[in-house]
Amino acid sequence: MSLDKDAVRAIANLARIEVRDEELDHLAGELSNILHFVEQLSEVNTDGVLPMSSVAAMTLPMRKDAVTDGGIPDLVLANAPEAEDGFFTVPKVVE
Amino acid sequence: MTNLTNLTLAEARDKLAKGEFTAVELTQAHLKAMEAKRALNAFIIETPELALEEAKASDLRRQAGTAGAMDGLPIGIKDLFCTKGVQTTAASHILEGFKPQYESTVSGKLKQAGAVSLGKLNLDEFAMGSSNKTSYFGAVENPWKRTSDPKAKLVPGGSSGGSAAAVAARMVMAATGTDTGGSIRQPAAFCGITGIKPTYGRCSRWGVVAFASSLDQAGPMARSVRDCAIMLGAMAGFDPKDSTSVNMAAPDFEKALTGDIRGLKVGIPREYRPDGLSDEVTQVWERGIEWLKAAGATPVEISLPHTKYALATYYIIAPAECSSNLARYDGLRYGLRVPGKTLDEMYAKTRAAGFGAEVRRRILVGTYVLSAGYYDAYYAKAQKVRRLIAEDFRKAFETVDVILTPTAPTAAFGLDETNDDPVTMWLNDVFTIPTSMAGLPGLSLPAGLSADGLPLGLQLIGRPFDEETVFKVAGVMESAANFTAVPEGV
Amino acid sequence: MAYIIQGETGDWEIVIGLEVHAQVISKAKLFSGAATEFGAEPNTQVSFVDAAMPGMLPVINEICVEQAVRTGLGLRAKINLTSVFARKNYFYADLPQGYQISQFDQPIVGEGELILDLPDGSTRTVGIERLHLEQDAGKSIHDMHPSKSFIDLNRSGVALMEIVSKPDLRSPEEAGLYLTKLRSILRYLGTCDGNMQEGSMRCDANVSVRPVGATELRTRCEIKNVNSIRFVQQAIEYEARRHIDVYESGGTIRQETRLFDSGKCETRSMRSKEHAHDYRYFPDPDLLPLVIEQSFVDGIEAGLPELPDDKKARFMAEYGLNAYDAGVLVAERISADFFETVAKGRDAKIACNWVMGDFFAALNATGKTIENPPVSAADLGALIDLIKDGTLSGRLAKDVFALMVETGKAPAVLVEEKGLRQVTDTGAIEAAIDAVIAANPDKVQQVRDGKTTLLGWFVGQVMKSTQGKANPAMVNEMLSKKVLG
Repeated sequence: MSLDKDAVRAIANLARIEVRDEELDHLAGELSNILHFVEQLSEVNTDGVLPMSSVAAMTLPMRKDAVTDGGIPDLVLANAPEAEDGFFTVPKVVE
Repeated sequence: MTNLTNLTLAEARDKLAKGEFTAVELTQAHLKAMEAKRALNAFIIETPELALEEAKASDLRRQAGTAGAMDGLPIGIKDLFCTKGVQTTAASHILEGFKPQYESTVSGKLKQAGAVSLGKLNLDEFAMGSSNKTSYFGAVENPWKRTSDPKAKLVPGGSSGGSAAAVAARMVMAATGTDTGGSIRQPAAFCGITGIKPTYGRCSRWGVVAFASSLDQAGPMARSVRDCAIMLGAMAGFDPKDSTSVNMAAPDFEKALTGDIRGLKVGIPREYRPDGLSDEVTQVWERGIEWLKAAGATPVEISLPHTKYALATYYIIAPAECSSNLARYDGLRYGLRVPGKTLDEMYAKTRAAGFGAEVRRRILVGTYVLSAGYYDAYYAKAQKVRRLIAEDFRKAFETVDVILTPTAPTAAFGLDETNDDPVTMWLNDVFTIPTSMAGLPGLSLPAGLSADGLPLGLQLIGRPFDEETVFKVAGVMESAANFTAVPEGV
Repeated sequence: MAYIIQGETGDWEIVIGLEVHAQVISKAKLFSGAATEFGAEPNTQVSFVDAAMPGMLPVINEICVEQAVRTGLGLRAKINLTSVFARKNYFYADLPQGYQISQFDQPIVGEGELILDLPDGSTRTVGIERLHLEQDAGKSIHDMHPSKSFIDLNRSGVALMEIVSKPDLRSPEEAGLYLTKLRSILRYLGTCDGNMQEGSMRCDANVSVRPVGATELRTRCEIKNVNSIRFVQQAIEYEARRHIDVYESGGTIRQETRLFDSGKCETRSMRSKEHAHDYRYFPDPDLLPLVIEQSFVDGIEAGLPELPDDKKARFMAEYGLNAYDAGVLVAERISADFFETVAKGRDAKIACNWVMGDFFAALNATGKTIENPPVSAADLGALIDLIKDGTLSGRLAKDVFALMVETGKAPAVLVEEKGLRQVTDTGAIEAAIDAVIAANPDKVQQVRDGKTTLLGWFVGQVMKSTQGKANPAMVNEMLSKKVLG
């Protein structure tokens, strides 16, 4: 799959990474090369093979329902670039 | 006192126990080495005051008779492990200044065992790279030099390049690494040290900045097999905070070093001889096979037919997971924020400025392969091939006990020789990635020098949760290799 | 009765599917140990996991799994023993991870059903498509600052069950009945408190219209986060009308997410959702497949309470109630229990009349809830007993009930204190009758001349003179004898 500039722009938007117009051509080339490389997998016959999402040969462990965490707003906010009155703040969002 | 930095972990541990020197003395010697070798750029931040405090506390514990398994031993922590109150960056601008209010399970366990941390070690940004050149805080230099061109700066490998360089240069006795596709083993090989990526699930991932969750594993990097066994013992163990951590007690890995490998079958995969593999690497590999034979083990040729697809599989799965794992770096709750008029503009500007080129590239690839209409062709396909790769190993381990391969196709390359083509760069990981895809333990140990005086590593791969066999075989090879060479200035 | 909207060009019907987000009742969050209580100070119920700090990992809360299975069983749905958590990737200010951990192609609960109780006493079955577990997001507050939004992550990571209906609903009224019934079932099961004001139950409505008789589905719009049943109905009504107007003026409907403005009673396009969405779902590599044993499901099933549908059927069969009364009584488990306590060992129809009549009226009048009722079920039962044994007439009982509401005292106590015991002593009644007869000879004559309707007036006078305490049946009987001979 070769990506064009528009496709790269769309992906970058999905990933919320600003890309300048003059970077698009170069990136399109790089990403296309990578995709071309990984497309060699199409040679592999995977009929009837189940996807493997984890190598761990176990199932999900569960924990008890108990309040063991929280109550640390100062620590939660300690690294915030911007906070006010116990809240994180961001540029106003219009719904 | 300079000779204190040449001790192995095991030697220093025993001498501390005998009272030959104190933890403070040992730490001071390493702090000096750290200063002297600062030009290698192995550390992102040094924490000498904290280290000395910890060393003092260690000496008090020893007096009180409560010293832990690694008490007083100076180590470094890869800057991917969150350390409470100490800046943790993953070598990324986007996390510059971030001070976690919590301690990762693994670094916490090392603290618990008494280890003294000298600081946070450099790495490829978010552990994405094989050269340590993608760090926002600058490249790390390999302490080893080519005999033909001692002026040329070489890469330490990556992503745990700072860890490998610091251990090789005797700035620390050992260091933590993490390995997603070879990030412990390849830099260990490039820097002439030993490192093991344990079985997936052996060490907790809690508090380790995630790159690709289904692959990431922490492990030790040190200057001997025994040192790795000691340190892995302190790092490993079940953690209820990590759902992929295996509920299994860590064995005493050091006890596995019996030196007796008679009767063991060692698999030699025929697919690990790609075109362009250097003769030197092939020769080291052949030599390794001979050592094992001499010790009473039997080499067995095996086939891992899907090996050649591992790299492509990895470069779908790892970017896909990373594109999602790195979504949290949005400038909202911690780290860099570049202002924007709208929330989306803030996100896009922050992430463009905060992530380096390689990270951006992988996020974009990962976003693409997961997107509507492409998921099946890329991600689902890669997960199926991943199963085939894991099956190859499972079948091989029906007949062999351990597998021996080279760690990397070449010795360390020059800092300015790296290729800009990402796909070519990725070939460094061609021997380490299949192990990661299958979640198996893989250890790299130095097995000899290239004609140009650079270390070359061999990799031992074991069954799931059978690090003990890997250590046992590695111990025998280490004795046979008798790798005594040291980098410049040591 | 079909709900039809008459347009310019013909008749239209509405096709509605509802997605309900029900907050799971649990102490701690779905994947972290932080508390779930409503109304805490900002960011005080947030762990490092909920704030998506680097390196943090999710571990699932077993109660949330249990609650999802319990709810699935309550909706007579298929329980999937293996389900998978997936990441739904998108950026938003109150979504710290940059993805929501949800379930995608392998939810914990599959198809089920829910029975609507229509006002005429009939029922209609609505299909449930699925139920899955997912994390709630935090909260963005937009009105605290002119140029900033404030983010509180207290709700981030709280367990939600997303319950998706099939597009089987055909009117705003049915949508309301569906929500009422679903809420009732959740409350019976104890899996969600159903509080829409506090947001522990939220509804998204998928609405489309089509000409009556058409079978294809047209483009739908999703109306997000409507926080009361009445608003859901208004939003559907508005949205359906909007679709019809657009179609009839030759336009087309764009698939989009809309917000309901309850002030203006209209829906509008959500600007923040304008971007084309591509959620890039994939299995969460931090979590393994969730595998539960059949025995775990069986254990939960064995502990299920009697649910509204079964209870309603039983009330009709056992107590002879009509469908409407039974439906009203079983809507809340506590009112059903109240009724059963009152009815136990007594005439169920009388009990039903008292509960649905005077008791519910007293709840309304006093503003009290059935959890803390003005009159206890035991006292109401005792009151009915006093009627049965003749201590109180029906009329006196009403007075006593009013006093019970006022004072909180038991009926027997009030009867004694106020001397409200019914008079059944024939001598006393006779004396009262004689006095009235003696005082009204002309009226006695009129009765005897055939104006028997005046007898009622005599009864009233006797009752009045006995302060209502005389047994009305005895008064009637004795009066007839005395006056008519």
